[in-house]
This record gives sequence, structure tokens and C-alpha cells, in this order.
Amino acid sequence: MAKKNDWVRIHRNVLEPAERTGKLPEDTKKVPLEMWVKGRLQNETAEIGDQVTITTCVGRSEHGTLIEVNPCYDLNYGAFVPEILEMEERLRGALFGGDLT
Amino acid sequence: MINGMIVDKSYQAVTGRMGEIINKAMGVDYSKYERGGIVFDYEALMNDTGYSLEDHIRIQRQFNVGNTPVFELHNLTALARKCAAPGKGARIFVKDEASNPAGSFKERRAAASVYHAKKMGYKGVIAATSGNYGAAVASQAAMQGLKCIIVQECYDSKASGQPEIIEKARKCEALGAEVLQLSVGPELFYEVLMMLEETGYFNASLYSAFGIGGVETLGWELGHQFMDRYGRHPDVVVCANAGGGNLTGTARGLIKAGCPAQVVAASVDLKGLSMASDQQFNRKSFTTAHTGFGVPYATDPDHSDVPRSAARPLRYMDRYVTVKQGEVFYITEALATLEGMEKGPAGNTSLAAAFALAQEMDQDQIIVAQETEYTGAGKHIQPQLAFARKNGIELLFGDPETEIPGTNIVFPADPRLLKARDADLDHMKASLIRRQASHATAALTEADVAYLAEETKSDAAFVRKVLETL
Repeated sequence: MAKKNDWVRIHRNVLEPAERTGKLPEDTKKVPLEMWVKGRLQNETAEIGDQVTITTCVGRSEHGTLIEVNPCYDLNYGAFVPEILEMEERLRGALFGGDLT
Repeated sequence: MINGMIVDKSYQAVTGRMGEIINKAMGVDYSKYERGGIVFDYEALMNDTGYSLEDHIRIQRQFNVGNTPVFELHNLTALARKCAAPGKGARIFVKDEASNPAGSFKERRAAASVYHAKKMGYKGVIAATSGNYGAAVASQAAMQGLKCIIVQECYDSKASGQPEIIEKARKCEALGAEVLQLSVGPELFYEVLMMLEETGYFNASLYSAFGIGGVETLGWELGHQFMDRYGRHPDVVVCANAGGGNLTGTARGLIKAGCPAQVVAASVDLKGLSMASDQQFNRKSFTTAHTGFGVPYATDPDHSDVPRSAARPLRYMDRYVTVKQGEVFYITEALATLEGMEKGPAGNTSLAAAFALAQEMDQDQIIVAQETEYTGAGKHIQPQLAFARKNGIELLFGDPETEIPGTNIVFPADPRLLKARDADLDHMKASLIRRQASHATAALTEADVAYLAEETKSDAAFVRKVLETL
């Protein structure tokens, strides 16, 4: 359960498919324009999935579905890509390993 | 509600108020630069900001932007010479724009916008960007004491986002900005207009005269750095090209420094991928500096978040080349392993082109890739290639010529296979001429023709020839 002033992330559809502009590819026309933003929860309490109001870090009010409390970044350097090592070996070979053939 | 009035927030209503919203959010009335017919007074727009090149330099020094070093890449030059014909292989240099506070040249675009916003009494700034510009505006807003909102196109409809864009969101938030993330679609500009209307913040548009004026310092520095160090100008300056601001500003700065270098645009070839497609959004590995932005913005500069863009690259472009995704990843790895510099991949688009173009040039000539960008988790070749593979993109070694955007990424099996491919610049110029001529409500005048020649760095004869085909 989230409490007032918790740092949360919300989601909302800004435009439903029927409201989108005409100049879109067919696949994009079929899906809504969605929005995600973070801020401090203004409801006294809320559960994931509830409609809530937040205040963003610039003081703006936004509303939407609560999707995450204490949202974190899960960025990393990804799975090992062996081709990167191979590029390195080929490049070093090309420069230092004699003439190109 | 704004000032007690109920405001219609439908797409049509908001975009219909664009002129009025932008006027309020920038203090620029773009209609005053219209000169009748299809003519618009570009130089008046650029000169009306009230900031000269000297002012931009002063503001950038005050807020720790610019004056970045130029490095000679001795090992990449040696490798290019091994690939080139005897006597060929120009010296390759790079301008290390990653050493700006938030890690890219984009801070040159942000500094004056934020400075001007503060001077005009705005409480905050808003920018629409999924790229380095967000971090740049956030950084300058933090330094200069304004609030900041960054609006990003970030996810597809499965809420899967490019690692590079998610890293940019993290960085913007780390620098104190609110980051509003959106799914795929050009209605991003509609959201920005709504934000501007709601907050009364300044529109720190990538395409404002403040932004482009700020990049002039990059070209100006380049001109002077080479004269100071080598007593000569560079022969070729390669600029990564997306929205056109990088090339436009750099070229204007080179001219102001008296540098006659040839200005070459370079974009990553993403032919066949639709930039507005939900399903193709995550099938590309470059979110900027690609042909999906580069070509449409060059041929139709005025479809951004301002009525008239200050980024007009065809006015300054001598040549336009494309490189493949696999080639830019390859040169990024080369920069790390042969030169000891780990930099973000997209910023190396111009370096990939420079490596190939150097091989056409004599050994005593100089070619410069005019930027690098920061790198880190997410925004790095390892997570970007891992993400590509996860999305079903095949990674292989071979001839990059066979690369199909959205299907595979082909790393050069041999450095000689890395090529800069000429795009048809005359075709793009003709496309701009036809598009602008189609807006005319009366027969084109001599002034219109002269304007179109300026817009395309061509001449009246070229313009007339294109107009005859209409």
C-alpha cells in the first residue's frame, strides 16, 4: 500500500485510438497514446491499480493509474554480446597484425 | 482551466492554438518574419534573438559549456591509411563534446534558451526530446535555477523502451527534471503544447534561433582550434544529422570563423523503418542521427514544434552521406579499443563517416568528426546490441551494404568494408523546393525563386529547373 507523499509512478492514456491523428501508420493508429510520469502521491493511501493524483517534482498535478511505488531504474549493460569482443579482436588484428589481406 | 476559462484540450483545439501558445511560450511572433509569397526572413529570425555569437560564448563560459578539446585519432588514422590507396588517408580528429557537463554538444543549444527564459521571467523550461538535449536542458535549468520538464517518446505499446532513451530519462531526473514519457507517435508535440499552456513555461525548442545560435560556438571553436594548433583550417567537418540543428549551427560558426571547410552531413541509414510505427519503434538501434529524422527535417524543416525552424541544413550542406548501424557500432568499438576513448554510439555517426571519407582524401588533409557523446548503462553498445538481439535482430559480420534496418545489424568483417554512401542531395533540394512551392497561393516571384535558392544552397537556374517539373 502506498501512502501520501510516497514517490510513485503513474500511467494514463492521453489519446484513445479513435482520438489519434490521421497521419499515423496503421499499427500505431490501433493503440492509444500512453503516458508515464513520477511524483509524490496526493491520495491518503492507494493500491497498485488505483486511480490517483500526484504532484510532480516541478509542482504539477497529474492523475492516472498507480503502477509503481518507489520506482527504480533497471538499466544495465545487458547480456554479453560476443560480437563486441570479436570486433575488438578483428580491429586490433587489422591495425597491429600486419597488412590487410 | 486557464484564467478561469474552460480550455478545450482536444487534439484539434490544442494544435489549432499553436501560434498563440508558442508566441506566449517563447516571446517570438514568427509571423513577423513572413515576407509574402513563400519567403521567410531566416537571417532576421536568427538575428532577432538579441544574442550575438559573442553573447553565446559568454553565456556558455558562464555555465560551463563548450571550449571542448579536439583530439587527433592517430590509430584510427593509421587504420584508415591501411585501407586507403597509397598517399590517401587524411588525419582524423574528433571534438570531444562529451566533456560538456551533461555529456553532449546539445548543451550549446540549451544554454541560451535557459538563460533567455530566466531573463524573460519564465519559471521553467519545457523541451520535447528523447535524446541528449533533455539532459542538456535539465543540466542548464539546474545550473541557472529554473524548473524543467522533458517530454520523451519512450515506449512501444508493450511498454518496452529503448535502453538509450530510458537512460536519458534517468539522467534528466537525476538533474532535477520532471520526465513525461510517452508511447510512440508524433502527438508528442500536442502533449508539449498542452504542457506549455498549463505551466506557462518557456518552450526550449530544439529548433529555436537560441538553440541554433548556441551551436555556432562549436563551429567557431573548431575554426580557431585548428588555426591555433596547426596554423590551418580543417578540410572537411562531418556533422551527424537528424533535425539539422547540429549541422546548421556548426556550419554558421565555421563561416563566422572564416573556415572554408566542406560541411558533410552523416546519418545512420534506417531506410524502410517508419519512425511513427509502434511495431518498428524497437527494431532500430539508433534513436537519433538517422535518416528517419535527417531526410524529412532537411527537406521540410518547418514541421517541428515551432512555426519556422532555425535548423535549415540544406542551406549549408555540401554533401550528405549515410552509414549503417553496424558501422557506427564498429567505429564505437574501434574508438574504445584503438583510441582508449569509450563514448556513446550515436555520437559516433560522424566518426564512422569520417573514417571512410578520410580514405578519399590526401594524407596531409584534415577531417573532423565534430562530436562525441557520453556513454553509460543503457546508452552503450553492449545493452543496445543485447536489446536488438532480444527484439529478434540478427547480429553478424559481413558487408554492411547488406544490412537491412529492422532485420539485421552487419558489422564490417574488414575495416575496408566501412563506407560512407552518398545520398542524393540534389533530390533532397528538389524535394524541399517542390514542397515549399506547393504552399504558394500565387505564381512564384523572383523573390520566391531567390529564397528557394538560398534554402537549398543552389541557384536560380537549379530552382527553375525543379519548378518546371511541377
